[in-house]
Amino acid sequence: MTATAQPVAKEVGRVKAWRPPIFQNLWVRIAVVAICLLWTIPTLGLLVTSIRNPLLIANSGWWTSLLNPFAPDQWTLANYQQVLNNAGMGNAFLNSLIVTIPATVIPITIAAFAAYAFAWIPFRGRSILFTIVVALLVVPIQMSLIPILKIYSGAGLYGTFLGIWLAHTGFGLPLAIFLLYNFMSQLPRDLFESAAIDGASALQTFIRIVLPLSVPALGAFAIFQFLWVWNDLLVALTFLGPATELRVMPTALFAMLGTYGGQWQLLTAGAFITMLLPLIVFLVLQRAFVRGILAGSVK
Amino acid sequence: MTASARNENPAPLSRFVLPIAGLIGLGLCIGGLLVLVDPKGGQHLLAWFYDLLGNHSGADQLVNGQGDQLLAKIVLAIIALGVGVGGIWLLFIGVGWLVSLLQPKWRDRILPWVFVGPALALLAVYLVYPAAGTIWRSFFDNQGAFTLQNYATLTSPDFVEILRNNLIWLVVATAGSVFLGLVIAGLFDRIRREALAKTFIFLPLAISLIGASVIWSFMYAWQPATQPQIGLLNAVIVGVGGQPITWLTTNPLNIFAEIVIMIWLQTGFAMVVLSAAIKGVSTEVIEAARLDGASERQLFFGVIVPIIRGSIITVATTIAIAVLKIFDIVYALTGGRFGDDVVAVRMFHELFQFFNDGRAAALATVLFIAVLPVMYVNLHNFRRQAVEG
Repeated sequence: MTATAQPVAKEVGRVKAWRPPIFQNLWVRIAVVAICLLWTIPTLGLLVTSIRNPLLIANSGWWTSLLNPFAPDQWTLANYQQVLNNAGMGNAFLNSLIVTIPATVIPITIAAFAAYAFAWIPFRGRSILFTIVVALLVVPIQMSLIPILKIYSGAGLYGTFLGIWLAHTGFGLPLAIFLLYNFMSQLPRDLFESAAIDGASALQTFIRIVLPLSVPALGAFAIFQFLWVWNDLLVALTFLGPATELRVMPTALFAMLGTYGGQWQLLTAGAFITMLLPLIVFLVLQRAFVRGILAGSVK
Repeated sequence: MTASARNENPAPLSRFVLPIAGLIGLGLCIGGLLVLVDPKGGQHLLAWFYDLLGNHSGADQLVNGQGDQLLAKIVLAIIALGVGVGGIWLLFIGVGWLVSLLQPKWRDRILPWVFVGPALALLAVYLVYPAAGTIWRSFFDNQGAFTLQNYATLTSPDFVEILRNNLIWLVVATAGSVFLGLVIAGLFDRIRREALAKTFIFLPLAISLIGASVIWSFMYAWQPATQPQIGLLNAVIVGVGGQPITWLTTNPLNIFAEIVIMIWLQTGFAMVVLSAAIKGVSTEVIEAARLDGASERQLFFGVIVPIIRGSIITVATTIAIAVLKIFDIVYALTGGRFGDDVVAVRMFHELFQFFNDGRAAALATVLFIAVLPVMYVNLHNFRRQAVEG
């Protein structure tokens, strides 16, 4: 299926091929604006509510504040203060950083070496092993939970950061190897031949030639994996467990749903804190993100 | 290993420096691993350091779960990064160097395995072995006796409803995302500020499923008809004279209310891929269709859509796989208590609430069987690509 997605990727950034005769038709523009509004309203409601006075939230819709934005005592940042301190969101934010950074960097490192060998070093069993990697791309994560949980409780890895780093590394590897292989195998053969003539070892070739050239693919996967780990609820619930001090953003937000259900000022502020970093990463690195998606996302 | 290799090569200084640096690195990695394996490793390491500095009370506080807990966590993360990244590089460079000392014949045989070894080991431990283990486990009850009961119960009304719900999710969420993504991609292709407009649709893709669940549970918020509605949807319904609806607890409406959240998230993905595909359609084909008198709608659905069929299938399968495993939305909003349960949520409950591992394994296996056709097609395409390439 990714084979079909591949030629698509090369078309990004090309001049628009499909120009309709009546460019900028009025109805099309109205439809576009309506769709964009429709898609934004839910998030806007969250954002507005998170900075509204809690006394207003239960008695009027968030849109009433937008219609009358200069009424006194309407806006406040106290909701955020309360969520960060009392609801443990500050702690969860740090935990999320601590979980996410190694769980992004480690799989990329391991996958880069493996993808290079799969792409450029012939060895016995290479094609069958890579076929297995492709097969593993779509295996549901649910297939891993029970046996890994058994291993973890035996090895004392349940409820540890080490356990969740390793789990995210294992689960992220097939896609990482696959994406990096697709990229690295497209590098020109001449590069490797001239490096071999210069007497460079496989390792030197990897460090001096393959890695620097693969930065776009490494970056694209890094964004994927970062968003995936940061936003993950299931793996965190399963392997970190319910302990309060180990909560990451999604598990903390889930706990808030139970504890503060109906206290919208806290839920919305908490939800916005969980979204903050992904949205920044996304907006800043949008191009690389799109490139990664087009290079074949199967997860 | 490194030491014996060094002894065999009594040669220039650099020959000593590298192995010694390697040995120090190895020592650091082993030390780091010991800290990582200890559940309170960060605290213990920091406490040891405080003791060294004479700050004994600070050390005691740390071990007792007070004091600079945050610093202990950060120390742990830095060690993890150091061991995870530095250790892997050390492994590759160190073993690569050792292997390079061998005869070329052996070197060429062993080196690739050094490169793929760690990845294969992790894949084996985290995916291959567990998959086999889960299938195996699904045929046993909690007492360890062989049984087919775990699968037999899946035909009870309870589970038939769950499987039906997953099927509804699969069809509606996938078709909805792909169709909307396709239409939006086609529509946005005609305006000048295309990139900006796309960002609005694409943005939810960065939002977590649980974050999206909170966003939409606020959209769906319900108040008795006597009170002002704070959820936008019910406000609109009451505004036009209707009765407020309990979106998330009314079955089967709640299934679709939850599916809307997934469509809201996934449409951006479909739009991006399909938009790139649309731009790949050659101008000649489009001009030819126009000359033949095709309307814009005929052009889009009759000419462009068939050409980008491959991309549409790719997008649909990718979204379908994500939808099949849907967990967060249902788990967070209702826990599947209002007739809206799905396989992944029920599996989680079987595992952590009912402690019925066998049935949880059977449910996971059902998901696995459902993705097998996709796996087959993937492998088929990959083989064909490999032959052609």
